[in-house]
Amino acid sequence: MSKILININGKDYSAEPGKMVLDIAKEVGIYIPTLCHYEGIKPQGSCRICTCKIDGRNMTVCTTPATHRMVIETNTEELEKIRATIVELLFAEGNHFCPACERSGNCELQALAYRYKMMVPQFPYIFPAKDIDAKNPKIMIDHNRCILCKRCIRRKQEPENPSWFVFKDRGNKVQINLDHELTADFDDELAQKAMDTCPVGAIIRKEKGFDVPIGSRKYDKNPIGSDIENQGVTL
Amino acid sequence: MSKPIVATTSLAGCFGCHMSLLDIDERILDLIELVEFNKSPIDDIKTFTKQCDIGIIEGGCCNSENVHVLKEFRKNCKILVSVGECAIMGGLPAMRNNNAPISECLEEAYLNCVSVQANDEKIIPNDEELPMILDRVYPCHEIVKIDYFLPGCAPRADLIWNALVALVTGNEMDLPYEVIKFD
Ligand code: SF4
Ligand code: SF4
Ligand code: FES
Repeated sequence: MSKILININGKDYSAEPGKMVLDIAKEVGIYIPTLCHYEGIKPQGSCRICTCKIDGRNMTVCTTPATHRMVIETNTEELEKIRATIVELLFAEGNHFCPACERSGNCELQALAYRYKMMVPQFPYIFPAKDIDAKNPKIMIDHNRCILCKRCIRRKQEPENPSWFVFKDRGNKVQINLDHELTADFDDELAQKAMDTCPVGAIIRKEKGFDVPIGSRKYDKNPIGSDIENQGVTL
Repeated sequence: MSKPIVATTSLAGCFGCHMSLLDIDERILDLIELVEFNKSPIDDIKTFTKQCDIGIIEGGCCNSENVHVLKEFRKNCKILVSVGECAIMGGLPAMRNNNAPISECLEEAYLNCVSVQANDEKIIPNDEELPMILDRVYPCHEIVKIDYFLPGCAPRADLIWNALVALVTGNEMDLPYEVIKFD
């Protein structure tokens, strides 16, 4: 198929038609934050953190395929403000005690808060009543930290098992639920896979954690997205 | 010109943030040159003896005394800075906020916990001399107006130092990526 022309932040790029704007931006070294998106699973567009201005309208780029002569702005002040606000909302509506979290330093939500220099959310903390499900011998579900991105549900864990997780309830009561029967004989590898799918510390492997010293964790020195921004590829 | 005056306190905190302040190492000598300390555990001045410029608050509010001290700080300091996760969002003490009613916390601490041994009369301390414990732990900015926030558990010494220098000199604060951390 012949290539199309799109414009990102004032620069023209040729791209494959139909490819998601998020992926094209990434290829050319432009980082757009994501939370509910996970490479390899069908995008859902629910967290809105990847919102960009496309032909003058705010759209989620993880779900928007590129079309010819599309004009995209990824990092205006307004967009960055929207993203920072989404991060603040997520902190205010969960119970995020980072100092006691096994995921701290490797957490995508926390890393975005660092990137946006969040000193305190502008919203009051809700401190919702949430539980922990530690029945599984290998993994623990901490609902306090879940941002309901559904990555764990949407990722097909095994060809024969569509998912280990489901959503339970509705509205502000909604929470993920682990299928205890399916996951009863989880091994370490599957447990790790489940944990890696989660952007935050809501799925945690048991008997493991805090094994990377402070200073060497993923986002201690390098902001989230800096790997994409530093690759400097131009098409 | 007289030096800016700094006061500090630890409310429902662990003193880790104060330790982090001391972690500025030899810059503590510069700090003494830059500012004068008033009410603070660092110099052990117990009550405000004059109006202060900067009040540094560690810890959130878990009891009536914390609220009282915090309001005193608001009255006596021009600028209040919440330092650390506990001051900013309640921190670990606020882990009781999401699920445990206060009665359950007290029963666990004084009656049911495996480490409770010598409380045959099943007494939960309730003397009027004791500060009243609050229904939940409150971030400082939900009690009084807070002007600045320095996250971390404890905040990096460089973050506290940079913020103090910026406040005292009136220059913009140096905020490198590495110094903003929540743990
Ligand atoms: S999941 Fe992330 S943001 Fe939440 S407590 Fe853990 S490290 Fe902090
Ligand atoms: S457990 Fe993790 S992956 Fe699943 S919905 Fe919650 S935050 Fe998303
Ligand atoms: S990453 Fe695009 S909407 Fe969540």
